[in-house]
Amino acid sequence: MNTSSRTIPDRLRSPLEQRLKSWETLLLLVAIGIFVANSLASPYFLNAWNLSDATFNFTEKAMIAFAMALLIISGEIDLSVASIIALASTAMGAAVQMGVGTPGLVLIGLGVGLLCGAFNGVLVTRFGLPSIVVTIGTMSLFRGISYIVLGDQAFRGYPASFSWFGQGYVWWVISFEFVLFAIIAVIYAVLLHKTNFGRAVYAIGNNATGAMFSGIRVQRVKFTLFLLTGLMSGIAAICLTARLGSTRPSIATGWELEIVTMVVLGGVSILGGSGTIVGVVIAAFVMGLVTFGLGLLNVPGIVMSIVIGALLIGVIALPRLWSMWRAR
Amino acid sequence: MLKKPDTFLPTDDGTGETAVLALDGITKRFPGVIALSGVSLRLIPGKVTALIGENGAGKSTVVKILTGIYQPDGGAMLVDELPTVFPAPQVAAEHGVTAIHQETVLFDELSVAENIFLGHAPRGRFGLIDLKAMIARSRDILESIGAGIDPEQKLKDLGIAKKHLVAIARALSIDARVVIMDEPTAALSHKEIEELYELVESLKSQGKAILFISHKFDEIFRIADNYTVFRDGQMIGKGAMADVSEVDLVTMMVGRDVSQIFPQRASNPGETVLKVEGYAHPTEFEDISFTLRKGQILGFYGLVGAGRSEFMQALFGITRPSRGRIEIDGITAQITSPADAIENGIVYVPEDRGQQGAILDLPIFQNVTLPSLGRISGNGFLKLAQEFALAREYTERLDLRAASLDTHVGTLSGGNQQKVVIAKWLATRPKVIILDEPTKGVDIGSKAAVHEFMAELAAQGLAVIMVSSEIPEILGMSDRVIVMREGRIVTELAQGDMRPETLVRHAAGI
Repeated sequence: MNTSSRTIPDRLRSPLEQRLKSWETLLLLVAIGIFVANSLASPYFLNAWNLSDATFNFTEKAMIAFAMALLIISGEIDLSVASIIALASTAMGAAVQMGVGTPGLVLIGLGVGLLCGAFNGVLVTRFGLPSIVVTIGTMSLFRGISYIVLGDQAFRGYPASFSWFGQGYVWWVISFEFVLFAIIAVIYAVLLHKTNFGRAVYAIGNNATGAMFSGIRVQRVKFTLFLLTGLMSGIAAICLTARLGSTRPSIATGWELEIVTMVVLGGVSILGGSGTIVGVVIAAFVMGLVTFGLGLLNVPGIVMSIVIGALLIGVIALPRLWSMWRAR
Repeated sequence: MLKKPDTFLPTDDGTGETAVLALDGITKRFPGVIALSGVSLRLIPGKVTALIGENGAGKSTVVKILTGIYQPDGGAMLVDELPTVFPAPQVAAEHGVTAIHQETVLFDELSVAENIFLGHAPRGRFGLIDLKAMIARSRDILESIGAGIDPEQKLKDLGIAKKHLVAIARALSIDARVVIMDEPTAALSHKEIEELYELVESLKSQGKAILFISHKFDEIFRIADNYTVFRDGQMIGKGAMADVSEVDLVTMMVGRDVSQIFPQRASNPGETVLKVEGYAHPTEFEDISFTLRKGQILGFYGLVGAGRSEFMQALFGITRPSRGRIEIDGITAQITSPADAIENGIVYVPEDRGQQGAILDLPIFQNVTLPSLGRISGNGFLKLAQEFALAREYTERLDLRAASLDTHVGTLSGGNQQKVVIAKWLATRPKVIILDEPTKGVDIGSKAAVHEFMAELAAQGLAVIMVSSEIPEILGMSDRVIVMREGRIVTELAQGDMRPETLVRHAAGI
């Protein structure tokens, strides 16, 4: 039947052209703008150690945000991440009281994270419950356990070698956390953009039924994503606990919304199906720079939360304005 | 409403009856397909007119034109013999045209009265809803259709059949003159159907014109006064039910001439590739057994709801059968998910392309390679060059028309979307390909291409199962046909025994 064989071109627009016209490019311009504004507004901003300190505003949250990005792209969400930090941190604190050393603490942190992720994953994929409801439930559940264990007390006495995960520097101003953040960013970028698994995540987020009809094991992929999000929360719990040197049940309160904000700001559709890791990386810097810049200007905390709120609304409005502009 | 006596069009068909609503020479085109070409239809007060036709004959398009959802491209619509247009569904409602669909959207948490009057509730002082009047009028309507339902009950406390009556009451709440019933009995039990007949009789006696759309001949002969037959978007015949027999209607419906041209192919079946034994499902199908050879095209014919798609989806691992086994190349296969089915060489092109077949927001090449990624990637890492090569190979075999392989599937026409779905499955190198209504919503040109390709696949030794409700397609393509009715195989016909009348009779159980 193919007497006239024609060749369909691979692409009409080059990948470079697509990238230049993307949300990520716009976001990068915003980040540069904030950087310039900050350096003009405060003489203390352009200082290597100050900037290094500023990265702690986002490194731990961003580690979770990468896994959260995949989860949101697949059409699910995990609002229990901050509570997983609390539970993992509490478990590590309790272990310290029993004399467990640094390697054991790390394993406990990772293990609690994985278990919590698996618990969320089973409820969503086995029992077919909506993830937003499940994880609002486990958000209270996980942190509730921390409150039962700790009450108004705190766990202290973490070993000095453990503190390095939150306070150590690999080279000059480059902290261990920042290096870890960068490595994790690369791993997730490869996972999402260069592997079959990442392709499956996009397929599921765009049309879970269609993905299932194409032979993708949808529930298995989603379970893995919950597991990864739990694991990243465990890693963030290790870094945060090590940085603070203590565990209170209120640790990381409200982080789940900041992490979701970071993911959405990074251009990930809250409805699922689209988004990139690069976008989340830039969004992490944007949020870190805003918080740090306002801090340097001695802006009170309440004003800072207003700015973050405005940022979130802007995030929801901008993509619409952006696509309206692109449609013209 | 337009009132221009000088534009009066004589539509009287000699019966001397005045139509409350009539279509005259209506044409409706969609990109690449003419859905209706010059059809006429007359709805007489106090009479039930049956609209008969195969799937795709244009029945639902007519309903959408009559209710103001679609605008015709040509022809005239007449209300009380005066030309009128229904630019919006509300205008149709103002003219007293109402439709009862197979599945009407109702609201479980609202009361029966609220459901009936949602959107047009009687208003009292300050523009607030007059609850008393609403309940009283709901009670009147419910009584008039003989439904013993308390209008203050919540809808969720009612059974399916009672909900259906609420939907009917809702349709009647706008003071209807014309009631369109689109396969109203599809979801009803025998007893409920009897009650519906009584309702139709009572509507008739109230002088309402009724358009009754049904596949079931016993129903049509029971309650219709007049008939109109559509085929391929054209009006084939009309008249009084008293002057026509079942055989006449079937002949009009399916036509003698198979107008489309199907590829000539010599059937040359090889060894048995698929053997299904006693497949059953608790609710959808029962005792399905057959064998399929290489290079064969096996047609599955039946009415909508005969359980064909449900069986195919069980075969593909979407749902699990309660009983039964399958053999592929003589080896028993366990299929509990589509991934298993694909591994065993069974693939399925679903009827619902947009939801199940393709992922519309992903590019063509990603759709095509999705089930084959495991084979063409390196240890789980994507290889873009291989992906494009595979996508190009199969889309070009199917003569896909697209600007580039990076184009989103959702921007393609129905026919080209179908080619992407078929290309996706061929790229997995299957043994058995199941095509569920492969040319539904596909323009004529692409239809021929899909048919030709099906023949080519069979010639190359692929076993093909084709589910189709289009008789010409079944006749033109299949080597054998299995007819299903109510979840069971009724008969299997070899090519020589396939005749349109036989197929329809078996499918409808006449």
